[in-house]
Amino acid sequence: MPAGTLYRGREGMWSWVAHRVTGVLIFFFLFVHVLDTALVRVSPEAYDDVVATYKTPIVALLEYGLVAAILFHALNGLRIVAVDFWAKGPRYQKQMLWSVVGVWVVLMVGALYPVLGHAVREVFGS
Amino acid sequence: MSTESSAAIGSVEGVSLYDVDHPAPVIEPPRKRTGKTPKGSRTNFEMYAWLFMRLSGIVLVVLVLGHLLIQLVLDGGVSKIGFAFVAGRWASPFWQVWDLAMLWLAMLHGANGLRTVINDYAERDNTRFWLKMLLYTATVFTVLLGTLVIFTFDPNIR
Repeated sequence: MPAGTLYRGREGMWSWVAHRVTGVLIFFFLFVHVLDTALVRVSPEAYDDVVATYKTPIVALLEYGLVAAILFHALNGLRIVAVDFWAKGPRYQKQMLWSVVGVWVVLMVGALYPVLGHAVREVFGS
Repeated sequence: MSTESSAAIGSVEGVSLYDVDHPAPVIEPPRKRTGKTPKGSRTNFEMYAWLFMRLSGIVLVVLVLGHLLIQLVLDGGVSKIGFAFVAGRWASPFWQVWDLAMLWLAMLHGANGLRTVINDYAERDNTRFWLKMLLYTATVFTVLLGTLVIFTFDPNIR
């Protein structure tokens, strides 16, 4: 790996870094998720036991993180498709990134209650 | 004639060194495939992998965001998930096909992504080779296991 370069990129580089990091995280989750779903072939109890951990407050936070990673990867992926296939894509890549971030923030606010609501009720009662 | 064409080139470039009797040397395209090209780069595999990432990505946006909406948002979110909920959904061939397509596309999309990451960061030939073998083994195992689970699911297992 090249040591100590001064290049610190801009929107293009950082979106590329974020796309990689979220992609790797999602892949590892997917691997675990297929394994936990495979428990439906063992017994209903084994499956329900594991899914019960998905309903705890701490794992709910992780789920919110997973949603954040997937939404960014999906939206930025569409931006990459636009950069590659739309003639004006490269010219508007920066504006498209900020649109991605904007839509991402809106969707993340929208996901707050559905994904974390039950965890908040459990921790703070009622 | 030759003065005319050099005038067309412009004063910056000056008089051309080459004409019909003294042709410029041929420069071979830098990425031309020759006899010395390594075996791995003689096909268009990387181009098809690049295209697959974009096409599968577009389909996955629909499949995965739909999946998240059903599992985590609608109808009580994660609280309603359980064996009975899975049995209810996989009773319909539509959701079986949905989940099967999502499994295959996501695993292949993710595996190709990780292949790129390994190629980028693992510098030693041996490390790169074994990391990719591990990746391919885990991918084949996961895809086959998931496919088997969808096709052999039994709601009356107990």
